[in-house]
Amino acid sequence: MNNLENLLNEATVLFDSIDNISDLEQAKARYLGKSGALTEILKGLKNLSSEERPIMGGQINKLKEVLEARLNYRRDLILSKKMEEQLAGEALDVTLPGRGAGIGGLHPITKTLERIETLFSSMGFAVASGPEIETDFYNFTALNIPEDHPARAMHDTFYIAEEENKYLLRTHTSPVQIRYMQNKNPPVRVIAPGRVYRCDSDVTHTPMFHQVEGLWIDENVNFSSLKGILIDFITQFSENNDLSTRFRPSFFPFTEPSAEMDISCVMCNGKGCRVCGHTGWLEVLGCGMVHPEVLRHANIDSEKYNGFAFGMGVERLAMLRYGVSDIRMFFENDLRFLKQFN
Amino acid sequence: MKFPESWLRTLVNPPISSSELAHSLTMAGLEVEAVEPAAPEFNKVVVAEILAVNKHPNADRLNICQVSVDESINKDPLQIICGASNVSVGAKVPCALIGASLPNMIIKRAKVRGVESFGMLCSANELGITEEAEGLLLLPKDAPTGEDFRNYYDLDDKLFTLNLTPNRADCLGMLGIAREVAAIYSEKLILPEISLVKTRDSDTLTVCIDEPDVCPLYCGRVIRNIDLGASTPTWMIRRLERSGIRPINAVVDVTNYVMLEIGQPLHAFDIAKIADKFSGIIHVRYANSGEKLQLLNGEEIILQPDMLLISDETKPLALAGIMGGDKSKVELGATDLFLESAFFLPKVIAGKPIQLGISSDSAHRFERGVDFGATRAAMERATGLIIDICGGYSGSITEIKGELPKRKSIALRKERVQRILGVKLELSKISEILQRLQFDFLVKNTTFNVVPPTYRFDLAIEEDLIEEIARIYGYHNIPAGLPNTNVKILPYVEAVRTSMELRKICVTRDYQEVINYSFVDVEWERHYSNNSSPVMLKNPISSQLNAMRSNLVGGLVSNLKFNLNRKQSRVRIFEIGSCFLKEAGCYVQSEKLGGLCYGGIVAEQWGSSERNTDFYDVKSDIEALFWPETISFEITAHPALHPGKSSQIFIGKKMAGWIGELHPKLQQELALPKAVILFELDLDILTKRTVSKSGEIPKYPSVRRDIAVIVADNISVSYLLQSMSALNSPIILDISLFDIYRGNGVDNGKKSLAFRVLLQDTKKTLTDEEADSVTKKLIKILENKFEAKLRN
Repeated sequence: MNNLENLLNEATVLFDSIDNISDLEQAKARYLGKSGALTEILKGLKNLSSEERPIMGGQINKLKEVLEARLNYRRDLILSKKMEEQLAGEALDVTLPGRGAGIGGLHPITKTLERIETLFSSMGFAVASGPEIETDFYNFTALNIPEDHPARAMHDTFYIAEEENKYLLRTHTSPVQIRYMQNKNPPVRVIAPGRVYRCDSDVTHTPMFHQVEGLWIDENVNFSSLKGILIDFITQFSENNDLSTRFRPSFFPFTEPSAEMDISCVMCNGKGCRVCGHTGWLEVLGCGMVHPEVLRHANIDSEKYNGFAFGMGVERLAMLRYGVSDIRMFFENDLRFLKQFN
Repeated sequence: MKFPESWLRTLVNPPISSSELAHSLTMAGLEVEAVEPAAPEFNKVVVAEILAVNKHPNADRLNICQVSVDESINKDPLQIICGASNVSVGAKVPCALIGASLPNMIIKRAKVRGVESFGMLCSANELGITEEAEGLLLLPKDAPTGEDFRNYYDLDDKLFTLNLTPNRADCLGMLGIAREVAAIYSEKLILPEISLVKTRDSDTLTVCIDEPDVCPLYCGRVIRNIDLGASTPTWMIRRLERSGIRPINAVVDVTNYVMLEIGQPLHAFDIAKIADKFSGIIHVRYANSGEKLQLLNGEEIILQPDMLLISDETKPLALAGIMGGDKSKVELGATDLFLESAFFLPKVIAGKPIQLGISSDSAHRFERGVDFGATRAAMERATGLIIDICGGYSGSITEIKGELPKRKSIALRKERVQRILGVKLELSKISEILQRLQFDFLVKNTTFNVVPPTYRFDLAIEEDLIEEIARIYGYHNIPAGLPNTNVKILPYVEAVRTSMELRKICVTRDYQEVINYSFVDVEWERHYSNNSSPVMLKNPISSQLNAMRSNLVGGLVSNLKFNLNRKQSRVRIFEIGSCFLKEAGCYVQSEKLGGLCYGGIVAEQWGSSERNTDFYDVKSDIEALFWPETISFEITAHPALHPGKSSQIFIGKKMAGWIGELHPKLQQELALPKAVILFELDLDILTKRTVSKSGEIPKYPSVRRDIAVIVADNISVSYLLQSMSALNSPIILDISLFDIYRGNGVDNGKKSLAFRVLLQDTKKTLTDEEADSVTKKLIKILENKFEAKLRN
């Protein structure tokens, strides 16, 4: 009996002193192996009487279980300690920056165009485009701007050399109206974003800029719906439900009645500041009901159909939205400027 | 158009503030650009009379003045030191009293070189009235001594600046603006009184209208024996100055004044300068080619046959409706003049000022349309004012009238008004608005027949009148609605990608978008696309921006230079834009996507070794842009690219763009330390894609065999791949290159290539024998065609 107890004590002390797996397996063999201490005791069972044998056998089996449990416990302990050590050695500085390729960005004008296109697409407007080298006919005549009309002086036009002023760089996206209507039967609902050109360069003008033209021809559109659509647009574009708008009479040869849409100044909230010329208002787009003469050039019956058109300067909207103060920044392509919008 | 509010208020005076008035004008379509005070804030300045002037004992240029202000202000005359040269006894001048606060100073009691001074005598500049500083502001003798100067000079007046649209020429005169205000507020118009002067009927010049088509109305009148030394009344000078017009002499001032008041440009000729001054004939005719005329501004112009002239029997006198001639102008010494008030059709004036590079108030009005109903009245008004100021007498008006523009009646339907505006305006409301606008009209059922007034050149069709109705009704009173329309889903084509999708691929691959001008330096066209006949601009903004670009890379390279100069070391940019060419007499516009890479493959960072972006890095970006379409590359010659590192890109047989390294010669010229990789792709091709179709996913495992061969270094890998694919074995799934090696173990001029061959049978598991047999065939092909040696 004492023999077994001694063996247990001796084994326990040994197991607890071991801290690697191979030593532990050797220790296991010492007690539980083929010639291990416990095996030896088992071999001695045959010398015992038939009464003592089952009692002793039971005690030995119990001891074997205890030893195995002790071994397993010790093994788990060693393994988990080893894992801990490994993990501690492998720990990263997770605050180091990520590696690899970076990401670029879109030009702020593109971002603004994308917003405008997305908003109008959601109202069912298709997107069209037209040539930037235009004819005098599409840029002026078809839009009811005859030769020598004072309105032509409002557009500082770039002309292409070698031609008798027949070809020019379009001064607005409005010619796309005519081209689109000539190819489609009403109802027509379309926007035409693109580059336009005017021979003008200072703090507020660049010789190239972007416009978005819009056109809706149908049997039931009127000045009231023009106001509704554009107020809806500018509110969503600005993400500002408190934005005030106003429409005031203006003049474009290709619309009648014509209007200019102003929004309350985003810099001073309408109180009056340098940006809005102390009026509290900012001009954002021109619009109006399509002039019957323009419909005639597109072979559309102005008694059956009427419609509205609008045109907005993309740079102006981008400047207001992103707080850019000098329009020329858009075309300098200084990466430090452009990356602000990524 | 700039004018003082006080003048407008003499013609119409609604009980509203200046800012309300400005707002109403803007909302009626006459945009008020600015409302400024006539003078900056100042106080304690009064009209004073100089009683005595004595030399300052200690200063040559200073005088000691005794100045009377008013007994109620100061019982005794004030002693004031003054340095102005035009100081004189008896003069009336503005005087700032002790404690006055002027725009740039505060007046205190002071000692000037030992003599006490109790105020300051002021120049117009010191009071902020004008820019010039020419001594004391001398006031008329009748200026009431002691009166507050602001009040006397009407300095609390406001100056309005209108930004008029070209259709509203009628508002280029005070009368027109007043008519608008009267219509907006239903107020009464107070017309200026025009006194008819007595005339000597026999005293006239003969007027001969050679071109009645373009000058359908001409009034001329002789005025004799005037005194041009007479000074223009203060009130008129003030109105002129506050309208931005410089006073010249009484006659010119009156013609300008009447132009501002009524909108009718007038011109006065010195009769002495007209050939045969007593029986002269005035012609209105076109110029003869090559005739010359020296204009009022001193410039001599060579006349064209489409320019209308006023001339005498021998020479041109004036460019009709645009500018008078220098020789016949009315200046000091003139006693007799011939006054002209005429109507020239807009089309004969329009375009000429720009063509000649001159501008004038007269041309500005005639180009847009002058009220031919007021031509004669303007003549009467001007005659009255001239004789009032300068004395003299006038002859009767010679009036020659031809076919004036028609003012056809326009039908305005109530239903159309409602349909276009989307608001239910009733007959009575429309009628009321037409009355407020003082339009002549008749109503029949629901249609108005409106005859536009002579001063409105912009009213020709029904819509023009609808705008008038809307304007006066108020755009802000038209409710914002939405169209009653049929809903229709827009087409959404999967086989076409938008340029926005491509932009976003570039962005995820670390490219920054740029936007460059479409016009470039013509040199770039030669450098970057060998284009010897680019599309040129007739009137470029500068000589460096004179050609329309046919490629995007010129702009990208200049963006690179710009940013390198600003300490950027790594530049990856792209642009999508139009390029232009002239082909067979037509202008061809094509959309392109161009890109540029310079510097490290990744931004400088820890744990990555520095490596410059090379051809193959950018090639993978291009493959990603075209994905899933397969593209092929073929070495090419390009003027801007390294001949050994440039390639055209094909989809099938179609050229879809190019890629390459900037030619080292250009790199050197541009002083770029590292190589630049450029590419340009055709956007039309790039946006097209095949809509995907699902195929069979194989059930049996694939087998891999590697083939390593040594071939001559100058053989393109694509040829080897093409030849192997040509075997067309149904069990070859894919062949790709996975290693390329030159150096130790491989002879000079040779390279080792390793291909991975994936084999698969869709019907069964492939046997080793089948796989080996195909691999052997592939090796045979390489050995036979390219003298390839199998590598162990």
